Amino acid sequence: MTEPVFTPVNLITGFLGSGKTTLLQRLLADPALGDTAVLINEFGEVGLDHHLLERIDDTMVLLQSGCLCCTIRGELSAAIRDLHSKRERGTVPRFRRLVIESTGLADPFPILSTVQADPVLRHHFRLGNVITTVDAVNGIAQLARQVECTKQIAVADRLVLTKTDLAGAEQADALVERLSRINPSAPLWRSAEAALDAAALLSHDLFATAGRSEAARRWFATELAASDSAAAVDRNRHDETIHAFALSFDGPVDWTLFGLWLSMLLNRHGDRVLRVKGILNVAEAGAPVAIHGVQRLVHPPVHMAAWPDDDRRSRLVFIVDGLDRGLVERSLGAFLGSAPAYSAAAASSAASALASSASTRSTSQR
Amino acid sequence: MCSLCGVLGGSGHWTDAAARPGVFTRNIDPLQHRRERAHRIACASRVLAYYGLTLSDWQASSFVLSTATGKTELVEDLGHLWAAAEKLLGRPCDPLDPDLIVRLEGSND
Repeated sequence: MTEPVFTPVNLITGFLGSGKTTLLQRLLADPALGDTAVLINEFGEVGLDHHLLERIDDTMVLLQSGCLCCTIRGELSAAIRDLHSKRERGTVPRFRRLVIESTGLADPFPILSTVQADPVLRHHFRLGNVITTVDAVNGIAQLARQVECTKQIAVADRLVLTKTDLAGAEQADALVERLSRINPSAPLWRSAEAALDAAALLSHDLFATAGRSEAARRWFATELAASDSAAAVDRNRHDETIHAFALSFDGPVDWTLFGLWLSMLLNRHGDRVLRVKGILNVAEAGAPVAIHGVQRLVHPPVHMAAWPDDDRRSRLVFIVDGLDRGLVERSLGAFLGSAPAYSAAAASSAASALASSASTRSTSQR
Repeated sequence: MCSLCGVLGGSGHWTDAAARPGVFTRNIDPLQHRRERAHRIACASRVLAYYGLTLSDWQASSFVLSTATGKTELVEDLGHLWAAAEKLLGRPCDPLDPDLIVRLEGSND
């Protein structure tokens, strides 16, 4: 029996006028993305984005119901199912990637949730990178006024700073500094100044690279090292409560306890945990396990082929809205330290590993 | 779906992820699945005791969450456990509750 093939789904999001369609046009010009299908969400009466896009043929579906986040989860699901069905019947080319361009006002979470939770889609598609465009000219003002803008940045796997040729260097640098505070681990491109590497933006995601230690190392080098760069929170900002922090802890982690803790945290505070990602030294797992979540949505845990570096500690990065870092750390420590003996349920060989508590230790927040 | 009870199978929760290449899960074979369920009940019971709740296995497919007075909820996975607990209790179950943290830290000593 052949292994199932999961089509990666990328989301391109970003505030109104931030250059999502331009970015999409540039990316689709790359021959490497010739087998990409595109879903576009229009907002308002005229599907302007549709008319701007040139190189999209019969694998494009234009969603008609306005804002993607609040009205058409069902329609989004139906559109993707329809594309999948047509692909299986051979009426559209066999696309191997799907890109969704959302409206500027969309909260990205429901879109991601639709792809992962839909009972049909989850067997055929998987989430890939989320790319967020940020307008270098208006970004600061949008961040100050629109909470959606901050959420779009927080959930990004990749950030693309657009219109940098129109903005002053000082203005752009201030925005970059601001972005690094909200989402320190997302690599950033300045679209006007550099060639965009479609592969790096779209296809180099955690799931695709987990089996290759070198690629995984690069992924984590970016994701985890940058996490420590979470700057002190600026209390004068509108987004003052959104900040990132990293936790690391020694010793093997009891997978069950971790799942219990994270599911409890997300049930109560899912709206405030904008991102959680990291790598866990799971007892008995042999190789590290990567965790990646957006609000209440946690991707299937990835069993990596090898550690990305010599560090064997478990490391977690949080981007949160108003949660106290010390309390999160202490809570996790209390849960991980409460492992009951495993012997009643399992082989005795597991008992020592599971009973050992993982002492939490934080990395410094810069 | 179980034809007797109407419980839908195929949980989509990440702690019960379907086994496939590259995915970490303990949902691979029946023995491992049962081991994990038993351990999950033992772990959850430590936390649920703080709220006066108990968790038990039900047909190796779901869990029964009960209060001391006998109110029960059937929960499929960890994604539903805490929502069900809050429903039974009528108050939030917050892992960042300092009193809960102190209780767990005390039980670890």
